[in-house]
Order: sequence, then structure tokens, then C-alpha cells
Amino acid sequence: MITQQMALIPDNSVIEMKEPTLLKKVINNQSIKIEHLDVYIEDHHILKDINLTIPEKSITCIIGPSGCGKSTFLKTLNRMHDETPEVKISGKVFVDDENIYSPGVNVIDTRKKMGLLAQRPCPLPMSIFDNVAYGPRIHGIKRRKALNQTVIQYLQYVGLWDEVRDRIRTSASRLSIGQQQRLCLARGLAIEPEYILGDEATSALDPLSTKKIEELFIKLREKYTIILVTHTLRQARRIADHIVFMYLGKIIESGPTEEFFKNPKKQLTKEYLSGSFS
Amino acid sequence: MRRLRVIKDKTARYLMVLIAIFTLLLLLVIGISLFLKAFPIMKEKNLWVLLSSSNWKPFKGDFGFLPFILSTLYVSLIAIIIALPFSILTSIYLNSYASRTVRRLFEPVIDLLSGIPPVIYGVWGTLTVVPLIAGKIAPRFVEFSTGYTVLAGGIVLAVMIIPLLISIMVEVFRSIPQAMTDASLSLGATKWQTVKKVILRKSFPGIIAAVVLALSRAFGETMAVLMVCGNITQIPHSVFDACYPLPALIANNYGEMLSMPSYESALMFSAFLLFIIVVLFNGLSRFTLNQIEKRYQFS
Repeated sequence: MITQQMALIPDNSVIEMKEPTLLKKVINNQSIKIEHLDVYIEDHHILKDINLTIPEKSITCIIGPSGCGKSTFLKTLNRMHDETPEVKISGKVFVDDENIYSPGVNVIDTRKKMGLLAQRPCPLPMSIFDNVAYGPRIHGIKRRKALNQTVIQYLQYVGLWDEVRDRIRTSASRLSIGQQQRLCLARGLAIEPEYILGDEATSALDPLSTKKIEELFIKLREKYTIILVTHTLRQARRIADHIVFMYLGKIIESGPTEEFFKNPKKQLTKEYLSGSFS
Repeated sequence: MRRLRVIKDKTARYLMVLIAIFTLLLLLVIGISLFLKAFPIMKEKNLWVLLSSSNWKPFKGDFGFLPFILSTLYVSLIAIIIALPFSILTSIYLNSYASRTVRRLFEPVIDLLSGIPPVIYGVWGTLTVVPLIAGKIAPRFVEFSTGYTVLAGGIVLAVMIIPLLISIMVEVFRSIPQAMTDASLSLGATKWQTVKKVILRKSFPGIIAAVVLALSRAFGETMAVLMVCGNITQIPHSVFDACYPLPALIANNYGEMLSMPSYESALMFSAFLLFIIVVLFNGLSRFTLNQIEKRYQFS
């Protein structure tokens, strides 16, 4: 079942509009490189000199206690801080070798590359269909056929299609919260991003829905670079390829999951992993 | 001790129920007393004639209310047509675009505007809007206009309901969760796309409620409109004609008609009409809103 669905995305030749993006993905190196990133909110120094390279086509989990700047960091990647004037950012964030904070960069192009999955699912005030079609529509796709295909394809991909096919035109807010989160993932994928950002995307969900989302992340890893902020160490251990541990706005340690959990190098990491603070 | 708490709780509840019922009764009492006062004229004349005739000669016993009804509707309609785009765009600006400083500056001013007494708007209308229409606007379209017109009434009324509309709409827009706007923006939507497709859609029921409230207010607004609309009993054929809305009719004549019972009853009938228009309008719009909400998804 799962392999069947996976096949739908990469090599379904029926979906013409997907091909250019796919081609681009093969040519481009997807990479995010962060250099000397500092973030201030009013007078608070939230992120301190972040330097990080995020490996492509893998899952990177950012862990750390509450208030360590994980979510703030994630928001710097799709420039969501633009909306809050109190936030000051210095440093460079290279996405596909382009510094997204250099003056000429269009914020919309940057955001289009990033599919964001928020902490609580937030369906837009419209039908299930329109939610998934929202992204393609705002980026100029009007053809009904193309929209239909996209919507069905991504709903199938997140395993929601069979659950909603007979009520695709009804309000998205009537779905269960787990279904809503998968809908939001489908909505994010429909803008054909290169990266997926998850901000504690499963923290509001029940264990079963969490499992479904985690499985989707693992499936998505083949095509996308995924960055997840998570609270739960066990989740990081289950799905991450790389771990970044943050504490009080600094990156304390980062590395491949296996190694990170087996031999943490820093004392702080050891204490955090052993649960002396959280 | 425990019993006392329970008794207090129950007393509070029943007291509040009583007060709430009293408020409801108030509406009923006003309606009924107006109806009773208006009843003689309704018995004397055919109701349909009262509503559809434009023959108004109170001293000969002819009471046709059509000019007044139409005047009320026209003036209110023009007011809302002018005020609505203005208020929606202003409140969107205040909610989604303006910096916090601008917002802090704006909001007290808007509250202040809605607190200005109507008679001041009336004076302002007489001094600026009326001459502007007579001198600049009307000559482009018609041969002659005094300036005391439907349009003047509409403009003054629009200015009066704009602050009301804005302050409700700002609240409506503010109630939209930040997460929803963020969801749209993070998909690469521009601010304007987000406003159009998410914010306006989500707040549609709220906007309708604001319009209903503003229109109800517009129907009943007396002083300011009375001062600029000319008060001539006729069916206005263009916005540059004078008109005579129902509230102005009551206010202008209530003192002097005591000698004629049928005239008094006629004026009460016009008050009753106004009352019915507002009640019906509120009921109808609530009903349609419910229907629309069932059909489309705003949540």
C-alpha cells in the first residue's frame, strides 16, 4: 500500500506540472547553510551566533528545552519574522546558495521553497479541496484539471484521500485534528517546496496520528530536506538522521543521530539526554 | 453555609433571567404601544394605500407614506455604499498593514468620531457638504440643485457610520487567529492574497453583522440627516433631489399636530413603520446569514 502511494509522487507521468520541479530537484543541491545568525526580539538576544549546515534529503531534528530558540530558529528559515517588526536578524542564511536575507531576495520565493507544518493544524476557512488547492492557486495555477490532479495526488500521498473523498467540498475544520494535520501537510506539499519545516508538528496529536505523520516524514525524506523542531527525544531518535541540540539560543552540539545519542560529547548534552533538565 | 451559597447562586441566576426577559419585553412594549397609537389611522385608511400612496396632505386627511419610506431607504443605501468600502479598507489597513504606533494613534480617533453628537455632523454637512453639492457636484449632472439632497444626507450619514463600521470590523479582523494568517503567508501568499482569500472570507459573517448594525443606525438617524436632506415631501428621482426620511418627518412635526388626532396617529404610524423596518431588516439579515453560513464554510 505504502509503496503504491510513494510511486504516485515521483514517477507518475500523468502529472505534467510536477516534472519541471522534479528536474530542478535533481540538478540542484538542496542545501541550507547558516552563518553567524543572531536574532533579537526587542532587547532579548534569542539566537546567538548560529552556524549550521543542514544536510540535504534527510531529517534534521532540532531538540532542546522550551524557550531555547528552536521555533525562532525555524521561523528564520522561511522569513516568518518579517511579520513582526520587533525582531532583528543579522547573519546569513543560504538556501540553495542564495542568502535569503540579502536585500534583493523575494520573500515569496523563499517561502514557496519551504513547506511549513505548524504546531497546531490550522486549516484555512474553506473546504478540504480549497485548502490543498490554495497554494497552487495563489501561485497562478487556474486550470481545473491541473488543480484536481494536484489535490487528489497530495491527499493520497498523506493518506487522507480515502477518508475524505466523499466530503472534499465540506469545511476542513470538521476534520479530526490528526486529519487536519495531514491536510496541512498536503497543503504544504502542494506548493511543491524543496524543504519541509515542522514546528513540533505532532505535539497536539494523539499517538496514532503522530505515528502517521512520522511515517510520512520518513517517506518524504527521499525527496525533501526536512527540518523538525521537536520536544520529544524519542521522536527525534525514531525519525532523525541528524540532531541539533540547542540550549539558551546556542547550538551546543550536533551530529548524526546514532552517534549523538550514543556518545554525546558535551556535558550539557549528556545532562539533557539523561533528563536532568528539560 | 453551604446552603446559603446555593441559594445565592440560584437567586443570582433567576434575577438575571428576569432582567434579560425585561429587556426582551421592552422591545415588545415599544412595538405594541406604537401599534396601538398608530391603530386609528390604520383602521381609517387602507394599509396598502398608506404604504403605496405618495399623496401627503395631512390637513385634507391624505396620508401617503411612500415618499418617506423611499427617502429613508435611499439615504441609508447611499450611506452604506459610500461607507462600506471605506471602512473595510481602513480596518484592513489598521489590522494587517499599519504599525503598532499608527494603530495606537488611529483607534482613539475613531472612537472619538463615533462619540461626536449627530447635530455637529449636521452642521458640518450644512456648511460643507451642501454647498459642495450645490456648487461643484450637482452642476455636472443636473441643471439645478439646492444641495439639500439625498446625496447630502447619504454623505453625512456615511461619515457618521464609518467610525461605527471601522471599530466593529477591526474587532472582527482581530479575532482571526494569527496562526491562520501565518498559514497563508507561509504558503507564499502575499499579504493582499491573504487578506482577500483568508481574512475577508473568515470575517464575512462579522462584516455582515457590522453592516446590519450600521444600517439599523442609519435608518433611525434623525438630526444630521434632517439638516441636510431638504425635507420636501416627494419621491426623489435622483440623488440630487431633496427628500424627507421618516425620522425627520416625526421630529419636524411631532409638536404641532396635537390638534388633529388623525395626524398624530399618522405620525405614530410612521414611527411604527420605522420600528418594523428595523426589526424586519435585522431578522431577515440574520436569517440570510444563517443560510449563507450553512452553504459556505467560513470556519
